[in-house]
Amino acid sequence: MITEHFPALQIVIPLIAAPLCILLRWRNVPFGIALVATWSAFIISCLLLGQVMDQGIISYELGGWAAPWGIEYRIDAANAMVLLIVSGIGSVVVPYTRNSMLLEYIHERHYMFYSAYLLCLTGLMGVAITGDAFNLFVFLEISSLSSYVLISLGFDRRALTAAYQYLVLGTIGATFIVIGIGLLYHATGSLNMLDISQRLEINGYDRTVVAAFAFITVGTLLKLALFPLHLWLPDAYTYAPSSVSAFLAATATKVAVYVLLRFFFTIFGAEFSFETLPSGPPLMALAIIAMFTGSFVAIFQENIKRMLAYSSVAQIGYMILGVSLVTVNGVAATVLHLFNHALIKGGLFLAMGCIYFRISSHHIDNFAGLGRRMPLTMAAFVVGGLSLIGVPLTAGFISKWQFVLAALDRDLWWVAALLMMSSLLAVVYVWRVVEQAYFRSPPAGSEAVTEAPTSLLIPTWVLVGANIYFGIETELPLTVSRMAARALLGTQ
Amino acid sequence: MDIVGLYNYWIVIFLMMAGFYVVIARGNLIKKLVGLNVFQASVFVLYISMGKVTGGTAPIIAEGITNYSNPLPHVLILTAIVVGVATTALGLALVVRIRQAYGTIEEDEIHKLDDDS
Repeated sequence: MITEHFPALQIVIPLIAAPLCILLRWRNVPFGIALVATWSAFIISCLLLGQVMDQGIISYELGGWAAPWGIEYRIDAANAMVLLIVSGIGSVVVPYTRNSMLLEYIHERHYMFYSAYLLCLTGLMGVAITGDAFNLFVFLEISSLSSYVLISLGFDRRALTAAYQYLVLGTIGATFIVIGIGLLYHATGSLNMLDISQRLEINGYDRTVVAAFAFITVGTLLKLALFPLHLWLPDAYTYAPSSVSAFLAATATKVAVYVLLRFFFTIFGAEFSFETLPSGPPLMALAIIAMFTGSFVAIFQENIKRMLAYSSVAQIGYMILGVSLVTVNGVAATVLHLFNHALIKGGLFLAMGCIYFRISSHHIDNFAGLGRRMPLTMAAFVVGGLSLIGVPLTAGFISKWQFVLAALDRDLWWVAALLMMSSLLAVVYVWRVVEQAYFRSPPAGSEAVTEAPTSLLIPTWVLVGANIYFGIETELPLTVSRMAARALLGTQ
Repeated sequence: MDIVGLYNYWIVIFLMMAGFYVVIARGNLIKKLVGLNVFQASVFVLYISMGKVTGGTAPIIAEGITNYSNPLPHVLILTAIVVGVATTALGLALVVRIRQAYGTIEEDEIHKLDDDS
């Protein structure tokens, strides 16, 4: 049956589609290939999620080699959720790329763009699906290398330096992870995640495992851009092409958070990660600092795209805060926020791309009067912004609420208070844009600006609409994130 | 503690720190990439040392040999070398483009050009 092979197809379809884009480079063929590949990946990940929710964990042996010797794809609710996020955002952004590229002067090399895009998608999904630690590293590098290429395609020359900086820091992060995996292999003689965790329980945790833990933690935190390891992120997201910013902001750091969850809870086990080694308090401290510095720096940005990038740094703080609580509620809130924040930031960056398409600027001064001239785009930005703040009836509210509940659960009322306070900072930076767009008239003698083309507006509104939909219909994400947290923590 | 017997691990640590230092301390984009390569090379040595079994030979079945080295880390590191080559190639390509766009590959000069514009 074909359904058995869905885990392999999930990865293989975009992987094969990537070189096809270069081979069949005429006219709109690469675009068509990317469209078909991403949407089929999305459908497969939906079906996989359904399968996991019905039947529990799916284990797939690649090439029929039994685990732990062969590579195993092991999908529980956490993987399925991340796969859904990555493929979902990937498929919504593809239709958007076609028109947004016209402006950004990369359309003559569009086939290479789609090839890199599909490779990035493959890598990100591969990280999420695999149950083998070394395989995870390989997929992580596939996604990272292609995302450096995608970022460097930005029109501004600073995109090149941003990509270079990301390449250096990203490679250091990945090398740290591979050192950690090597040390784990040294200690256990296995690369299969489940097998490693079982062997660790039997053999005990010696100094080698502690070193592996340290290397993997630092490497992953670098990849997911937790303060103070976030330096690559603002430049990379600011200067990348609009569609790339939206895709990477919504997926790349999310996948790195998933890697952290997988290593902390599944491989090392919560007891070792948070009781034997005191990782909770430092992570919580860094998360809270990230929440405040990210939001605070965002307030003073003149470049709105950069403002959104700093806001991402703050949002990553929330996710890590959920991890540092080490409860089912906390981890469930993190997984939920992975999903909701992907919708929020995806939507906002796409709206930003619509604006850039018309006014060719990200500077706040040029936003004056846009509320009347581009009503649909600015409305999308406002809804996304409200969701980012966490206003009720938006997706952002649900995850913020879960974070607050999880913090109160642990009697950390001051953490809950800080969460609310940092949300107020988000009000400030979103309001700046709203004020400029709706309450200032455009400068006299400026060119007439019209609404963005429909091909850009539809993907934007799909993501923004999803923010409202999942803000009201909370059943599905809440159930799945709770299942994911239980699967990660190993409790029923 | 056996310090001399673990010499390959000392080499690993030395290479790792030297590479890491070059990446941080040098402002020249090419030199940074060289540092990154040295840093990655240290991991290759680490993995290869791990696979060595004392008295073991290459893992080829032959008469009279019972003790083999573990080939898996060596194979893993082949993959990591490929990743390293790809990273270096991409990094160098970016440096070429940076040089075309800025006319320099010194980090501080690039920052100055960015601040002025």
